[in-house]
Amino acid sequence: MERDDIIEYSLDAHHSEEAGKSVRKKIWQVTALLSAITAIEVVMGAFIKHGSGAWVFVKWSFIAMTVVKAAYIVSVFMHLGEEKRNLRNLILIPYFIFILYIIFIILLEGSAYGDALRTYGA
Amino acid sequence: MAGHATNEINSATAWGGKISPFNVSYGKLMMWFFLTSDALTFGGFLVAFGFARFGAQEAWPIGEQTFNALPFLGGGFPLVYVALMTFLLILSSVTMVLAVEAGHRMDKKGVTRWLFATIVGGLFFVGSQAWEWSHFIHGTDFGRVELADGSMAIVTADEFGAIQNFTVTKAGKHHQVNQVITSKDTDLLHDYQHAAAAGHLNGDIITLHDGSEARVSKAADKNMELIIKKKGSENEIGKVISGPEASAAYYGAIQSGKANKVIYGANLTQNEYGPKVYANYFFFITGFHGFHVSIGILLNIIVFINVLKGTYQRRGHYEMVEKTGLYWHFVDLVWVFVFTFFYLI
Repeated sequence: MERDDIIEYSLDAHHSEEAGKSVRKKIWQVTALLSAITAIEVVMGAFIKHGSGAWVFVKWSFIAMTVVKAAYIVSVFMHLGEEKRNLRNLILIPYFIFILYIIFIILLEGSAYGDALRTYGA
Repeated sequence: MAGHATNEINSATAWGGKISPFNVSYGKLMMWFFLTSDALTFGGFLVAFGFARFGAQEAWPIGEQTFNALPFLGGGFPLVYVALMTFLLILSSVTMVLAVEAGHRMDKKGVTRWLFATIVGGLFFVGSQAWEWSHFIHGTDFGRVELADGSMAIVTADEFGAIQNFTVTKAGKHHQVNQVITSKDTDLLHDYQHAAAAGHLNGDIITLHDGSEARVSKAADKNMELIIKKKGSENEIGKVISGPEASAAYYGAIQSGKANKVIYGANLTQNEYGPKVYANYFFFITGFHGFHVSIGILLNIIVFINVLKGTYQRRGHYEMVEKTGLYWHFVDLVWVFVFTFFYLI
């Protein structure tokens, strides 16, 4: 029996041939971007030595490029960019609160732990 | 009236299973919740890895020194293999999103084609990871050596001088004096490394498993260098020893007849490339990710079978492809971070 009390959000996702064309174009653009970023990362990783003067810059640009890649994957490939703002906030806000806090607290603890070992011995 | 539903509340404002404030179906919402919690799990692992690194007392392994080999071609290709793996996983993410797009147009043929490509890409990725693990576990020809002053060094060289044969000098259970043991009889490198790790190398004399002793004939190494990774009484971290001095320090250590002067490869109790905890995290995090990829392949295969059977065509939408797609992109997303923190930084 057809139920009229359920809204089939699943059916809303359909799109036409023309819309599909522009969606595919966007997908290939993002693919090119992600591949280019990965290639840049590998070249930088292979040629710039750890501990050299440029390394601090290289390290932070690796992290920045990783976040850019992640943002494109989540927003385009996972379609989160096209979802309702409600849903975007529901997913992203709790995630960032927890992850930023855990990064801050654990790395701070880690370096304090390392310092303590170096100062007082293992 | 008790027991009777009324229509007093406008069904557009009440969320009694009818209108979702998020405008997505139940299944998709739950997939997002799961992925958020899984992302926090992986975030926790990677942060714990950072904790170990920040507290480490010896040099942390450097990606381009540790992961520089290609299948069939050997070493000298820093990061190339893992870059190919990363690219492969990104591509399989692309084919997945193309399958989802085809699903939105109810194009069964398109979904079939792209989903199949995704499964193949995933299988190649897991296979590559298996090779990477095997390489990491077996280690290099030289291993990691503890020098006379207690410092630890990794070895780089253009070439490891091949071991040609063992000439028996003292008979044991299986070998007679003057017998020449070649690569036809045994894996010479394997025996040599075993003896080195167990302290059964004394100068160029090796003590074999059966108690016999033999003279090792080995070609010279090409351009060997030692890089200090753990400080000793003389050598500081980062010091590079090269030339004849490197060779003397290296062979002086592994041919001293003392056990545990050299470590080959990595496992849960020892690690050639750096601190033991690095190997533990490597196996745990890349293993947990590989497990996710394997589960993803399984889910994709199940959905693929349903696509072939026309289940989703009859249902009127391909949302199931979208939901497993979300999971698959998530796996790719995690790898992007693993790639950065294990291999690049």
